[in-house]
Amino acid sequence: MLSFIGRSVVQKTITLFFVSIVSFLIIHLAPGSPSQVDPMNPKFTPEMVERFQKEFHLDKPLYIQYIYFYQDLFTGKTVSWKDNQSVLKKIWERFLNSLPLFVVGTLITWTLSFPVGIRSAIFRGGIYDRSATFISYVMISIPGFFFAYVLIILVVTYFHVPVIGLKTFGIGDAPATYLFMDRIWHLLIPSMLGATGGIAVLSRYVRSQMLEVEGQDYIRTARAKGLPPEQVHYKHALRNALLPFVTMFGLILPGLIGGSVIIESIFSWPGMGRMAYEAILARDYPVILTVNFVSAVLVLAGTFISDLLYLVVDPRIRL
Amino acid sequence: MDERPMTNDRPLLCVENLKVYFQSNGARARAVDGISFEVREKETVCIVGESGCGKTVSALSILGLIPTPPGEIVDGQIIFSGQNIIKLDEKAMQKIRGNHISMVFQEPLTSLNPVFTIGDQIGEAVYTHKQMETEALFQYCVQLLNDVGIPSPKQRLNDYPHQLSGGQRQRVMIAMALACDPDLIIADEPTTALDVTVQAQILALLRSIQKKRSMSVLYISHDLGVVSAIANRIYVMYAGIMVEQGNTDQIFRSARHPYTQGLLASLPSLSKRGKRLHSIPGTVPNPAYKPKGCPFHPRCRHKKLSCQKEYPGMCDYGEGHLARCPVLFKPKGFKGSRIQGVK
Amino acid sequence: MNMDEKKIRDDFYIESPLPPKRTRMQEFRRLFGQNRLAILGLFIFILFFCCAVTGLFLTSGSRPIFDPAMVRLQEKLRPPLAKPNLDSLRPEEVPALGVYFMGTDDLGRDVFARMLQGAWVSLTVGFVAVGISVLIGIFMGGIAGYFGQQHIKIDHILFTLCLIFGAGLVMVNSIFIGTALVLLCLAYIFYSLLARHGSTEKEAPALKAMLHINAVSVDTLIMRIVDIMLCFPSFFLILTVVALLPASIYNIMIVIGLTSWMGTTRFVRAEFLSLREQDFVAAAKALGISNFRIIFRHIMPNAIAPVLVSATIGIASAILTEAGLSFLGFGVPPPHATWGNILSNGKNFIFDAPWLTFIPGIAILIVVLSFNLFGEGLRDILNPKLRERH
Repeated sequence: MLSFIGRSVVQKTITLFFVSIVSFLIIHLAPGSPSQVDPMNPKFTPEMVERFQKEFHLDKPLYIQYIYFYQDLFTGKTVSWKDNQSVLKKIWERFLNSLPLFVVGTLITWTLSFPVGIRSAIFRGGIYDRSATFISYVMISIPGFFFAYVLIILVVTYFHVPVIGLKTFGIGDAPATYLFMDRIWHLLIPSMLGATGGIAVLSRYVRSQMLEVEGQDYIRTARAKGLPPEQVHYKHALRNALLPFVTMFGLILPGLIGGSVIIESIFSWPGMGRMAYEAILARDYPVILTVNFVSAVLVLAGTFISDLLYLVVDPRIRL
Repeated sequence: MDERPMTNDRPLLCVENLKVYFQSNGARARAVDGISFEVREKETVCIVGESGCGKTVSALSILGLIPTPPGEIVDGQIIFSGQNIIKLDEKAMQKIRGNHISMVFQEPLTSLNPVFTIGDQIGEAVYTHKQMETEALFQYCVQLLNDVGIPSPKQRLNDYPHQLSGGQRQRVMIAMALACDPDLIIADEPTTALDVTVQAQILALLRSIQKKRSMSVLYISHDLGVVSAIANRIYVMYAGIMVEQGNTDQIFRSARHPYTQGLLASLPSLSKRGKRLHSIPGTVPNPAYKPKGCPFHPRCRHKKLSCQKEYPGMCDYGEGHLARCPVLFKPKGFKGSRIQGVK
Repeated sequence: MNMDEKKIRDDFYIESPLPPKRTRMQEFRRLFGQNRLAILGLFIFILFFCCAVTGLFLTSGSRPIFDPAMVRLQEKLRPPLAKPNLDSLRPEEVPALGVYFMGTDDLGRDVFARMLQGAWVSLTVGFVAVGISVLIGIFMGGIAGYFGQQHIKIDHILFTLCLIFGAGLVMVNSIFIGTALVLLCLAYIFYSLLARHGSTEKEAPALKAMLHINAVSVDTLIMRIVDIMLCFPSFFLILTVVALLPASIYNIMIVIGLTSWMGTTRFVRAEFLSLREQDFVAAAKALGISNFRIIFRHIMPNAIAPVLVSATIGIASAILTEAGLSFLGFGVPPPHATWGNILSNGKNFIFDAPWLTFIPGIAILIVVLSFNLFGEGLRDILNPKLRERH
């Protein structure tokens, strides 16, 4: 067990190192330069451009820049080039905004997918299964932005509820319950959007896992013992079918950093996705690189956790 | 049913004209095509046949474990303790499974749930049919493991299936089958996946358990050597039908169906050393595309024109020995008569 | 009676009647026919394909039949099936067939023409992107799966590094040193290839022995590359590259292709790993068949099944990605129409002119749905567990 953890950590650190190099190269090799140091930018005089270049170390060779950047990152000093705010602080703020969206979306996805998938598998071929399957296909195929607008039209026309942004403009003085409900209303559609695609994919996966497990010999043994169907399905089959999903649990982690750019654009939600998008447009290198780095850390941590969980949960691997 | 006078009470299990068909890929596979057999109390009955002859399907249909979308019991009756259990609904069947009739399967590793301990799985088998408290349950399971010959049972109860050897796993399966003291155990090729030495141990175990608990055993196998060791009566099955039945002596010493004779001749033995191995030419027919008339006739060296035209009935050789081959049946010198239409 | 008996004994057939033989193609067609949703998917796909191709012809050229770019400000935001106001239009501005099939957008352009033009974009983006990703995936996965246990030695790494460094120097105009380095590396490769053939010396000098140490296996290397690629959130990566490069349809296709090969690689590698151990490969090797032939003739046809499935579903997701990029403004540059474009323009007029949102949205939905259905149907058919067992 310990040797597995040790090996894993080492491998992942090496991967992280390479990721940092690759992302650095991608950013710097791309054409165009950050807006402040663009010589074409009319707002800045040549002297100012030169000063910024010196300050951002852009005149030094690439590997020196790399060392500077990561030095700053680990000491927490990185500063956004666009608006001079500390990058980490900026990311943290936006993260707090994205967090409720992410949490609600993930909760909805995971709590709804399993019952749907399991029921589809047990009553395979029935009406429930076929309609759930068809709805899943539609959900996977519908473009997110289109569905967003459809929902917006529906909700605004029939419920007369504001949906854009974090909270309604000017509601600051209303009592706490109003504030709370307002937040909920604003949170509802974006997280539903994020959840629908997820439910579709996850429930199909749950269904196929359940079907595979139900075809195994030990289920036949369980039935031959005279166990009632509920015990056969929910005790014997489910426990085996859930194994891969425990590992998927670890893979939720990377989702923390990736807000969906499209959803956040449509709903004017000031989240991580939009921040990264704006940073890309402005060539705000520190922000882009930091977001990349954090996302890579989360992905690697997520895979590590899911490997660990798999070790814990499957008795065949433990010993 | 034959007209021999019954020396016992009515049989424990009586299968009459069972037909199980499967719908697959546009064709109707007649896996079991009208078989009849019975198991009486305290006896070991063996069904022998090659792979694909329908013996496992017959066993599974007794317990109602045939998956119903592709499979279907089209005809026949299975009478257990006086009632036709084909007609029973799911709840009633659950009371029988594991309780009065239990089953041991062929592959012990895949037949045990890998994520539950042995103790869990055996305990479950007991608890479903008899309510017991935890402590009593534990002791009962330890006793069961003792009965099937597993050393240090208390520790073994906390182990997972993959931590045991093949032979031990099969013993655990047998323990699970014995848990509620069933009247009948169906064993579907339980030793095929095991080494020969372990095979011998498991067979000895089955014999001793049967004597101790006065149960009946329906043993399914393709291995005539195994069958000769434990069977009281034998049914030989081919392509979904019974081709011969009788007790062990009758089958092994005076087999009357060409298929049985071929099987026995194919057994290697020291007396045949240095001679050419005998084999039955041809292959088992596809259950969806069976030959007309006698299903064995394409491979038979005694075949006549009538074999292709009419489906043969059972010929009675007396004392419970029946064979489905009119060609080899010589009426003079034998008691009994050729019974038309015995399926 | 004697003749018949003789006949039986003469044609002593020992085979029972056999089931009708079906080729793989026929079997495939039969199974496919049973899956109605998959047929529907295929049908819609064919329809879409025809629309895209005819649309290309109908809307391109200097005098297209359906003009997607003609701006008629006086006719803006007309609903579908509206008749054009003939008085205000010049003769060449009147739409073909005298009706705006799908209305006009905010600049008065015929939405139907724009949809036709956009269909072709979606089609090519889908196919080319997936083509690229499948090719890369098969290549990487095949090598990782088949040659996985072979190791890359230290000297390989060294001269690869030197090669790259030399190429870099050439690009930075130190031509002399750069070319010298490259030639040196090529010479080394040559030497090592030739030398391996010849020498069987057991006691190589220490330096040489050190150079032959196994650094990392091919399998690990390729899987680490896959891991690195997976660390980048894919949509961001695409967005980054597309935002930074000049906007063009080819860039989009290539970028989507270059960021989605990881899944295919995993499938192909898994299939190769399991197939490589099968007896038919050992038999082929024992017959002396070259590695190359084994891979392409024997293993590949078996491994292709999950690739096909993921390719079909990949086309669907490539179309969705392209629509998303267009929506954000990074797609094909205006005035060329794509379905995402039209939707993006239309979002500002969502309450006044809902058709600008609904028509492209539903079109995307139907096309992507058809690909997904077809892909799932393929998956069910090609699932080895459902294959016949004879």
